[in-house]
Amino acid sequence: MNTCITLSKIRAGMDSVAFRRGVRDVSPLLLGIVPFGVVAGIAAVEAGMSVLQALGMSVVIFAGASQLAAIELVGQGTPLTVVVVTAVVINLRMLMYSASIAPYFQSLPSRVRGGLAYLLTDQAYALSIARYRDGDDADRVAYYLGVAVTLWVVWQITTVAGALAQAGIPESLGLEFTVPLVFLALLVPAMEDRPTTVAGLVGGTVAAVAGILPLNLGLLVGASVGIVAGVLVETRMEAEPSDGH
Amino acid sequence: MATSYADPMLWGAIVVIGILTYLIRLSFIGLFGYLDDIPSALERPLRYVPAAVLAALVVPALVTLGDGGVAVDRLVGGALAVTVAWRTESVFATMAAGMGGLWIVRFLVLPAL
Repeated sequence: MNTCITLSKIRAGMDSVAFRRGVRDVSPLLLGIVPFGVVAGIAAVEAGMSVLQALGMSVVIFAGASQLAAIELVGQGTPLTVVVVTAVVINLRMLMYSASIAPYFQSLPSRVRGGLAYLLTDQAYALSIARYRDGDDADRVAYYLGVAVTLWVVWQITTVAGALAQAGIPESLGLEFTVPLVFLALLVPAMEDRPTTVAGLVGGTVAAVAGILPLNLGLLVGASVGIVAGVLVETRMEAEPSDGH
Repeated sequence: MATSYADPMLWGAIVVIGILTYLIRLSFIGLFGYLDDIPSALERPLRYVPAAVLAALVVPALVTLGDGGVAVDRLVGGALAVTVAWRTESVFATMAAGMGGLWIVRFLVLPAL
């Protein structure tokens, strides 16, 4: 009842057309989010976490790639400091999103901005920034919330569904293999040009070779070397005479 | 696979990751006006975080050692998934191809050898 009142209050001050537009635009992306969330739930419980911890991760962290990486490391008994550092490094990319979207939120009260920041994800950023840049000034917050709240709700539901279903799935199916498969599907679009491709190839190779390092540091070492490689290639391409092709 | 951490420790790690992740998200959105642009010394490396980190997660997981050498089922499933990911960029299709390859090798090919 209280929730209904609060929700209607929020809705009253908001452009519901823009909100629905956001929901509609994010719908096709849910095809990728649903299996991702289910895997996050299954993997958490397989790694020895409780259903509550699986949901806790999805609510408190709300960032799929870092959650899956943390779960994987936890399952291997990695020291928690390494788990935390790895997860945070993965989420550093959101600094870029925050900087890029900030000018569009600058006129809002800081409490609203604080709430919008919590909901910032790859997908919410990508859809919203595309729309803002198109020059659509119809309620920006409503559109963002349409996208981001939908993602949040679906993420929580699918995490719990996966966590609850885990007990009924035979271990021999090897469902933990779905975790790197999700990452793979995200990796391909991330390797969009020559420097990012080099960053990926070098990062992956070094991580595999460095897998013998203690404390599961291979991931961080591989990622760091990959980032350096990407920067070096970019610097080098800039130094080359550009012929525009 | 059971974790060896005490429950409060694991919760602590989850909360710390959550707080730091929130601060990353809030950074520029919260401080706009004080902090308008990412310094380029920071922006450059950030551009390569997704590709480098994701690859560092993927490659070691596809090329793993099983009981007797390289885990063939993961290698085959992974190779199939790479092809499908490249063509479709779809999470669902990639998972289907990878798991399909893994299961075919694990349940049909390996037992028949």
